[in-house]
Amino acid sequence: MINRILEKISEKWIFLIAVIALYLILFFVNFNLASQAFFQLIYLFQKIIPVFALVFAFMFFSNIFFEPKKILKFVGKGAGLKGWLISIIGGILSTGPIYMWYPLLSDLKEKGMRDCFIAAFLYNRAVKIPLLPMMIYYFGLPFTIVLSFYMILFSIINGIVVDKLVQMKLK
Amino acid sequence: METSILKESFVKTLNSFKQVAPIIVGVLMLVSLSIVAIPKGFYQSVFTGNKIIDPLFGAIFGSVAAGNPITSYIIGGELLKQGVSLIAVAAFLLAWVSVGLIQLPAESLMLGKRFAITRNIVSFITAIIIAVLLIATLSCL
Repeated sequence: MINRILEKISEKWIFLIAVIALYLILFFVNFNLASQAFFQLIYLFQKIIPVFALVFAFMFFSNIFFEPKKILKFVGKGAGLKGWLISIIGGILSTGPIYMWYPLLSDLKEKGMRDCFIAAFLYNRAVKIPLLPMMIYYFGLPFTIVLSFYMILFSIINGIVVDKLVQMKLK
Repeated sequence: METSILKESFVKTLNSFKQVAPIIVGVLMLVSLSIVAIPKGFYQSVFTGNKIIDPLFGAIFGSVAAGNPITSYIIGGELLKQGVSLIAVAAFLLAWVSVGLIQLPAESLMLGKRFAITRNIVSFITAIIIAVLLIATLSCL
């Protein structure tokens, strides 16, 4: 019976139900912590709404202007240096939490975006230009410059390694 | 531009969002819980000054923790003030932004389980390597 119900509910709903169940249990076990988490959740929702709108706009316009064939040209199998540049710059310029970009990347992956470029995009989200002054304040200019340089460099290495490993496992 | 193209694109985008909504909400709930459940002082009690174990712990805690990078800077800054080594703090900052255990279910569902697990493992190892290289480079400057 339970198996039949689970078969009908997709993985994403099972995941959400499990997290809600965790909150419900926590409300009985530790009401204070659960209510703090709930208020934090509302705060996070308020913060991510503009990012949600931005991602929605990106996806909306990409659906209008970019056909799968065009996307493949930039970040598909044949894409070289241009693909890396787009992934690196896109990752650096993207704002908001990492998980907000999964829908767009998932969409692009379905259209043929290579794993190495997705990995590079996600890694470069670590380099955030608006946050650099804050990093300089806490850790100093040399630390910030060297760290940013290594993060960009390793985003390429990271992308290549992830791509190779994923392909290797598939074979 | 034709209205039908705009409408079609809008519906397509909206459907994509409907598909991911339960995952996004679930991840946000987990992130919120981790932010309030893990006190900032906890991190300071973990690092002991060991040059081998500290960066490893730094990367582990950075991978488990979630939130805005600014929070990691604040915690990292506090850790430095408490005498935690720069290599551990660097590994912590790098893993915080590049590895996401809390987001892993969402990443797996949307980008593929194989890709998500591989990317997070590689990013974890890379965080430690960069931390070591960063400190080596800074000591040469």
